[in-house]
Amino acid sequence: MKVLMFGWEFPPHISGGLGTACYGLVKGLCHHNQDIIFVVPKLWGDEEPMADFVNASDVTIDYREKRFKSIWKNLTYLEVSSFLVPYLGPEEYKKFTDYAIHDRTDVDESIFSTKYEFSGKYGKNLMEEVSRYALTGAQIARDRSDFELIHAHDWLSFPAGIAAKEISGKPLIAHVHATEFDRSGESVNQVVYDIERAGMQAADHVVAVSQLTKNIIIRKYGIPAEKVSVLHNAVLDASIIQSTFKKKVPEKIVTFLGRITFQKGPEYFVEAAKKVIDRDPNVRFVMAGSGDLLNRMIDRVAELRIATKFNFTGFLKGKDVDHMYAISDVYVMPSVSEPFGISPLEAVRHNTPVIISKQSGVAEVLTNAIKIDFWDIDAMADAIFALLHYKGISQMFKELGSEELKKLKWEHVAAKLVTVYEKTLSQRS
Amino acid sequence: MRTICFYFQVHQPFRLKPYRFFDIGEDHHYWDDFSNRSIMRKVAQKCYLPMNALLLDLIHQYNGAFKVSFSISGTFMDQMQAYAPDVLESFQKLVNTGHVELLNETYSHSLASLKSKDEFKDLVYKHQAKIKELFNGYTPRVFRNTELIYSDEIGAMVSELGYDAMLTEGAKHILGWKSPNYVYVNSIEPKLKILLKNFQLSDDIAFRFGNKSWDDYPLTTEKFINWINAIPNEEETLNLFMDYETFGEHQWAETGIFEFMKHLPEAVFTKTNFSFSTPSEVASKIPPVGKIHVPIPISWADEERDLTAWLGNDLQDEAFDRLYDLEKLVNTIEDEEIQRDWRYLQTSDHFYYMCTKFFSDGDIHSYFSPYDSPYDAFINYMNVLSDFMIRLKEKSGVSVEA
Repeated sequence: MKVLMFGWEFPPHISGGLGTACYGLVKGLCHHNQDIIFVVPKLWGDEEPMADFVNASDVTIDYREKRFKSIWKNLTYLEVSSFLVPYLGPEEYKKFTDYAIHDRTDVDESIFSTKYEFSGKYGKNLMEEVSRYALTGAQIARDRSDFELIHAHDWLSFPAGIAAKEISGKPLIAHVHATEFDRSGESVNQVVYDIERAGMQAADHVVAVSQLTKNIIIRKYGIPAEKVSVLHNAVLDASIIQSTFKKKVPEKIVTFLGRITFQKGPEYFVEAAKKVIDRDPNVRFVMAGSGDLLNRMIDRVAELRIATKFNFTGFLKGKDVDHMYAISDVYVMPSVSEPFGISPLEAVRHNTPVIISKQSGVAEVLTNAIKIDFWDIDAMADAIFALLHYKGISQMFKELGSEELKKLKWEHVAAKLVTVYEKTLSQRS
Repeated sequence: MRTICFYFQVHQPFRLKPYRFFDIGEDHHYWDDFSNRSIMRKVAQKCYLPMNALLLDLIHQYNGAFKVSFSISGTFMDQMQAYAPDVLESFQKLVNTGHVELLNETYSHSLASLKSKDEFKDLVYKHQAKIKELFNGYTPRVFRNTELIYSDEIGAMVSELGYDAMLTEGAKHILGWKSPNYVYVNSIEPKLKILLKNFQLSDDIAFRFGNKSWDDYPLTTEKFINWINAIPNEEETLNLFMDYETFGEHQWAETGIFEFMKHLPEAVFTKTNFSFSTPSEVASKIPPVGKIHVPIPISWADEERDLTAWLGNDLQDEAFDRLYDLEKLVNTIEDEEIQRDWRYLQTSDHFYYMCTKFFSDGDIHSYFSPYDSPYDAFINYMNVLSDFMIRLKEKSGVSVEA
């Protein structure tokens, strides 16, 4: 089957989990001999040649095409607040808006030039790029008639998917990796929400990365349950990593690693840390990452008088991330809302037992982990204490966790996806 | 007798290097040697060397009628030995004239007076010994506490150590209607004389001198003399206390600060009935007028003249308390590096960097901080302290718990 796929980023040039998931999915689909035309706003040239890549920056828009005008008309609403950027914390957002307000290019003019150089980032022209990407989607759909199905990943590429469907008449799959509710809690960006909903409504079928996400799609976006399939993410490499990196502190280490923002639940980790430290002096908590709640967490740690047992590392990258997993005795992901959450699986690869919140998609696939409600700091403290002190349970998690990991393969996910493709096509005909 | 008493504070902290979580347990060198050296060298060129030369000239020119006093912190003396022997030599020359008085303080410019009498005494003795070593057996008679921090109890403690006099801030809220231009005594131990900073005239030089939006800018020698002459005749002493870095560093040479100082003695001698004295001369010659009551510690910092620049927010209190939790254990360990790091970690500057008072408008605090924010300062300090605790445990076999 030939699938026209719209993404926003692709390894090695990625800034979030979306690119990694697309990579795994395409790799799995290749395993099942599917042909993928993969469109990204910007190609760098060093992507692994596993798909027929299309660089949206190279696509020339033929704007004599009348049908494009109607697509454009539907997109103009995106320009209303084109300086809104998701994936930024409030502080970064403020810096950015101050800048963007004074630095707006004339959207219409640049959009309707024949070619457009995408940044492919989550930058200040995001909304403009999303709109232009939609036009590119329409153009590609007109130029290429060899595909049977359209598959769009997350809201950034939904307008492109919708446009491609309108031009080609081919069915559309909308793949939801995260919703605006996961990113922003209850203070959603209305423009983003509207695009998400339009994409899911226009789609012939919706794919969600977890049951948790499916529930949000049903409840908050009003999409009928039978139109949504759950396809959990997988891991690219399930092998156990035997790190030679040794920890240098005598205490056992309990780690939080991720963006320090509301939806990751860092404050519950801090409160649980206090409870554990009160009972067990031989433990050191680490909060790795940065985000808009970092300073508030530091204040709280100082206020609780646990700062000599609770360290902050700042933002970690590359090898330091592996080192952090390797020296951890327990990994905690107390997310308030996590569509999937790949990081606990990374911890398992490092033989580190994990505690995850029930409010994460990964909890649906990982059996050998302690699952708690993100707000239940007593349960979290108990779990941390147990994993640190009762060898039996942590040993069991190590052994069974790595077995479980081996089952989480992208080829399995792709196989299910092919079934979704086939079902969608058959419903059409 | 009417007299002007100059005291200059000379201090540099040992700043911490960026110390990461992964360094804990492995890297036991905490100090940013590069920036400590380069800051010392920079300030030496802009301030210490030219100002010392100027003061030496003035002392010679007036045959000792012009005199000043310094308090040189132990960390500064260590840095001079390591990075600036030329600065050390110029201070030694000044002291050798016999017209420059040295004051005692805590070795590492610490806040120990607020926490531990034993540690405080220990740091005072160490500072005393260091002065003796570098300045030809010199023994100070007058004490100045870190940041002019003072209370009745701290004064009593200093008196117990045998000092004749102590310097502090002439804070409005403790003086009320009283004037700082008299000698007072400690309210518990009346034999300890208290010299108060005239913050109006001191800060005119130290803070406002180069400020072009100040109504009295530019501050000329004539103008300053007029203000001195406006002091009521019965008020006998004018204490001008300030950071030594005022000259050339806080107030750049371009502001004319060196010219101002160069011409001040001449103008004082010819146009006023004031002389110059050192703190011990003031304390011995001018009779005290009464007790000064300071139940709650004061300092010379900020508008509040209290301790909130170093202590009071959660970050500062946590760091401060955790540090002094270690005191007893440190005292059992005879290890030169442990002892040195223990002293350097007490330096008040580390806690100053954690101050959130002026977080929003990035005031004077951020000017002096090597960190982007108080939070960065706190994280870095606690990472270092975590490693220090691990070392203590290794050396002593005793576990240190938070």
